[in-house]
Amino acid sequence: MIYAYFLVAIAVVVVAQRLPDLRAKRGLFLLLGVALLCAPLFDRNDSTFNVLADAGIFVLLALGLNIVVGFAGLLDLGYAAFFAIGAYTYAMMASPQFNLHLPFWLLLFLAAAFAAVFGIILGAPTLRLRGDYLAIVTLGFGEIVPQIFQNLTKYTGGPNGIGALDFPSLFGRSFGQNTIPYYYVVLALIALALFFAYNLRDSRLGRAWMAIREDELAARHMGINTTAVKLAAFALGASFSGLAGVVFAAKLSLVSPDLFQFQVSVLIVSMLVLGGMGNIPGVIVGALVLVLVNNVVLPQANTIAAGAGLHVDFGNYHFFIYGAILVGIMLFRPEGLLPSRQRKEELHHAAA
Amino acid sequence: MLRLEGVTKRFGELVAVNDLSLNVAAGSISAIIGPNGAGKSTVFNMVSGIYRPSAGEILFEDARIDGWPAHRIAAAGIARTFQNIRLFSFMAAIDNVLAGEDAHLHARLWDSLLHTPLQRREEKAARERARELLRFVGLEGVAETYARNLPYGSQRRLEIARALASRPKLLLLDEPAAGMNPREKGELADLVAAIRERGITVLLIEHDMGLVMRVSDEITVLDYGEKIAHGTPAEIRNDPRVIAAYLGTAVA
Repeated sequence: MIYAYFLVAIAVVVVAQRLPDLRAKRGLFLLLGVALLCAPLFDRNDSTFNVLADAGIFVLLALGLNIVVGFAGLLDLGYAAFFAIGAYTYAMMASPQFNLHLPFWLLLFLAAAFAAVFGIILGAPTLRLRGDYLAIVTLGFGEIVPQIFQNLTKYTGGPNGIGALDFPSLFGRSFGQNTIPYYYVVLALIALALFFAYNLRDSRLGRAWMAIREDELAARHMGINTTAVKLAAFALGASFSGLAGVVFAAKLSLVSPDLFQFQVSVLIVSMLVLGGMGNIPGVIVGALVLVLVNNVVLPQANTIAAGAGLHVDFGNYHFFIYGAILVGIMLFRPEGLLPSRQRKEELHHAAA
Repeated sequence: MLRLEGVTKRFGELVAVNDLSLNVAAGSISAIIGPNGAGKSTVFNMVSGIYRPSAGEILFEDARIDGWPAHRIAAAGIARTFQNIRLFSFMAAIDNVLAGEDAHLHARLWDSLLHTPLQRREEKAARERARELLRFVGLEGVAETYARNLPYGSQRRLEIARALASRPKLLLLDEPAAGMNPREKGELADLVAAIRERGITVLLIEHDMGLVMRVSDEITVLDYGEKIAHGTPAEIRNDPRVIAAYLGTAVA
């Protein structure tokens, strides 16, 4: 059953990408949104919506990283750091840790703002760097942040993290252990993220990002303030991740440093590469495919293997599996499953 | 309008430009010529902010601009093209021009995020201006084509349109005729004249003497980083030092 959700969602996004008419495209997305909104009325299987909410969190992360890497062309390998900052914001301000119990909705804003500030803090010293060098510095940042959370034991609970986080509530009713409310929050945030991402793409800022990606020097000579434009990309990208972090922490009711290791950053970059960097429908598909593999296919493979009397944990091989997928993509379809017209032509010319 | 005073640029031991003084009058079309390696492009790169002069001053409308960041110089009214065309290859022609308008747009972050009425109005007006500029350079038919897919001569003209979009007072053209056929060169000469008609001062670097002599009011000749002559096309044509620089001392 869970497969049906993923396959329908992926199919709708793929079809929408191919529709030339903007109105039809929007209608199709709206239809998918309504179907997803209504789904819990018919399907009482909580675990389905648990997986879908997790998938949605990764869609949010992919949409955010796509602003930095896809739109502005700044390779960020430490994106999970902002996810961690969002999650720890919630954990420290809505838990018995400091006996602070700020509301979830307020913390969504706060975490987005914090993450944006840290996006600028990371961005500022890296403005002169590009490509490999930028990737190395961001990678370092991605390593440092969970390490800090791990070592500031007094504030963050160290390696054990912070547990017993508050359940969010809406109109006085607590979300409790129920997954459905989180599912709705994630849907709403994705809608918001899509609205922002499309608006940004079709704006002065989106054009400036494209220009610095194509030729930074020329962009500067056309009067584009490349410093401001790059910092905006880091800040906006990070803020999406901050939002995702809050929902993630609240839903799990727990944070710990090992949830935000390097592999999470790699996973999100892989989603972009797989789906089609820079293309919004593409990165959604990339996120859905990898979550499907990670959270559905691999656990099921374990069960099947166990049934056959084999004791393998396919979860241990997930890096091998991403690696295989990425190598395959690079060899056969380097522009990703669902690329933008731009990216496709770029790679064709590069090959020619 | 543009004044260079005693400008020198050294790269280690090499003196690319030596004690150059130059005055570009508002409303004029001026040219810098000289053999390869004479330091012409270095002059452009200093004026537009890629390099900072090792010594001397660059003044634009009485403001000292040497040391300013490139985007600030562009916003102040100096636009340029590049010798080896630097368009945004995988952006539509019209988006290239729109990128050139960036410094004159007012949409803030929120406007971009929310597509506020201000943003919509501004985008519409900007698009209209971009179309007008494409028409001006004769590229109205290819607004949606990627810059990369345009023929060479059109790419040069698109680069000029993009530079004009930043509403310059002074336009620097770095070898605009390079790689053009005679017909395209003729059209380029007309285009340069039409740009001046718009009240924009033009300073160009060019190897094509026919074009330079035809369009320029004043010509400066550089050789080994030094100014060896300055004058009207007629004066330059008959200057023995210029002839020597181009053809070798034996002829002089």
